[in-house]
Amino acid sequence: MSEFATEFVALSLTPMVIGTFAAIACALPGNFLLLRRQALIGDAISHVVLPGIVLAFIVTGSVTAWPMMIGAGVAALITVFFIEIIRRVGRIEPGAAMGVVFTAMFAAGVLILEQSDTSGVHLDVEHALYGNLESLIWLDADGWGSLVDPVALSGLPHELPRMGLALVVVAALTWLFWRPLKLSTFDEGFAQTLGVPTGAIGLGLVIVSAIAAVAAFDAVGSIIVIAMFICPPAAARMMTNRLERQVAWSVVFATLSAVLGYVLAGYGPLWIGFDNAVSAAGMIATVSGAILALAAAFGPCRLRGGAATG
Amino acid sequence: MLFEALTLQLGYNATLVTIGATLLGLTAGAVGIFLYVSKRALVSDAISHATLPGIGLAFMAMVLLGGDGRALPGLLIGSALSAWIGLLCVSWLTHRTRLTEDAAIGAVLSVFFGAGIVLLTVIQSMNSGRQAGLEGFLLGSTAGMLWNDAMILAAGGATVLAFVILLYRSMSLVAFDPEFAAASGTNVRRVELAMMGLALAVSVVGLKVVGLILIVALLIIPAVAARFWSDRLKRVVAIAAGIGGASGYIGAALSASVPDLPTGPIIVLIAFAFFAISFLFAPGRGVLAVVVRHRRFQTRVHVRQGLLALAQGQPIYEPLTLRLMRRAGLIRADGVATDAGRGQAARALLDERRWEILRADPRHEWAAARYDGLTPLETILTADQLAELDLSLGPEAA
Repeated sequence: MSEFATEFVALSLTPMVIGTFAAIACALPGNFLLLRRQALIGDAISHVVLPGIVLAFIVTGSVTAWPMMIGAGVAALITVFFIEIIRRVGRIEPGAAMGVVFTAMFAAGVLILEQSDTSGVHLDVEHALYGNLESLIWLDADGWGSLVDPVALSGLPHELPRMGLALVVVAALTWLFWRPLKLSTFDEGFAQTLGVPTGAIGLGLVIVSAIAAVAAFDAVGSIIVIAMFICPPAAARMMTNRLERQVAWSVVFATLSAVLGYVLAGYGPLWIGFDNAVSAAGMIATVSGAILALAAAFGPCRLRGGAATG
Repeated sequence: MLFEALTLQLGYNATLVTIGATLLGLTAGAVGIFLYVSKRALVSDAISHATLPGIGLAFMAMVLLGGDGRALPGLLIGSALSAWIGLLCVSWLTHRTRLTEDAAIGAVLSVFFGAGIVLLTVIQSMNSGRQAGLEGFLLGSTAGMLWNDAMILAAGGATVLAFVILLYRSMSLVAFDPEFAAASGTNVRRVELAMMGLALAVSVVGLKVVGLILIVALLIIPAVAARFWSDRLKRVVAIAAGIGGASGYIGAALSASVPDLPTGPIIVLIAFAFFAISFLFAPGRGVLAVVVRHRRFQTRVHVRQGLLALAQGQPIYEPLTLRLMRRAGLIRADGVATDAGRGQAARALLDERRWEILRADPRHEWAAARYDGLTPLETILTADQLAELDLSLGPEAA
């Protein structure tokens, strides 16, 4: 067993896999948000994950997975509810309504976090903003053999199964509701005449996005989740006019961003003579942006109306 | 404690911060209105997040040149440059590719922020970077604000405000109706750029006080809140500036007088409180006013229909109608019309008959257009016209 393999499995494999799962889980609903011109709902949701988690922490006094998930999910629903109320009752344009709600909720989250005593647990603003992917290491691993070693496997960071579960749920729901989702995304009126509950589908999409955001939040932080929601689907949109292929491309781009981003962050600085790694989450976002830039410059369907067929 | 903070007696630093935050809120409110009216409020979110890589690069550049990496002017110039590049990216993605503006905003803000975080971690591993405290720009850090810093912020805020006044006419024209502005000879593109430039300036000035994540709130919330109070742009700008300034002032004072109360978030929450008050209680567009107006309308419709039923001797079943008419003293508890009720019912029926004749007559087309089943005809026609109309009513009604 080479030393590199041992180190790779222990220190890099799990963060890389978690990052990939997070990226894909966010990119899947991101495709639909993008096409429905709700890309910034992802922005809003990822900002309000913070107050949700903080409140869950205040209520339960610990940073365990389920209360945090529920807290963040509730916060996401409250946000969407308030945005709709302000938009409809106050007749405010959606962008501004969104801006009012999510900034205020984020501010409330930061404030409560600073006010409450969180010194005993791993919960602070910076961690919330850009996550800590590098810390999700697998100390019990000793080379590739550990992948089949039950003792070592039990020492896996618990974020991994959680993120995996979130990915499975998101993927399953996307697959299950594919047809109504597609219909209501492209032609809401037509979908309604067919009896598709478009309102429920829209809300469901928001909830699924919230699940993905909360699970990914832990690993990559709230701002970089936005990159995962928007960049891979946006790049995929430049590649094709067909939804099926767009989703497939977005999964490819998400995986590429996560793996390449992690490698560049962990090993890139060493290659050019620095001895400290840089933020993996930040690098993943940067790589996804670079992919988007390339797709926007050279993608076959980058122009409005989709010039090429494919 | 709070009183002392509000009257600027809580020490040098707190006073500096309070004045700075007030100026910032004032400027942000005034600029935000134009973004809001031109429906581009969230572009400022991309701008503010895009400042982060510039801060990092400026720090590194200043350290490499042998200077102090934390010098505020350098950091602000760097952040302005990278925000400008971010703005260009949003504009390029929106105009040159099929992406919509919201997707472009989201992509730019998250990617620039990610790149900025990468640079911050690089700086942390640099020798001179350990104490850089650049994270303070994320959520603002007003502790240890220096006189020079405050002066830079004040000068920046004043400049932005001056530009708002200078460009007021062309910006309002472009914000409300870009096509008309173009037709009347305004260079729309340049004005839009100036507008974005002002938003950018506010973001950069606000970095130190509110931080780049929340500065967008000061550009959006006061503007949205102010919009509830008036339809006149001049007033809305003034109100937005007032709300922004008050939020900055109260927020900074609160933060100075209560421990562990970070300045940026509390300013945002105060602004949100102003928004909530406007949303609920503003006359005209506020929720309360809308509800009251709706209830009044509902009452008028029900009473009118009830009166018509009375006049024609038809029974009334609708419980709300019965309740409203009983409360108005038009019917007794057992549903029989009172004297007042009979009088009003006859009048309502007469009015309805007059309307019927009026609407059948093409000569009265202009007046017939105002028929809504509620407006009494006396308020529209003159006494002479009514008398003429009554001639065709026939003997049984007159």
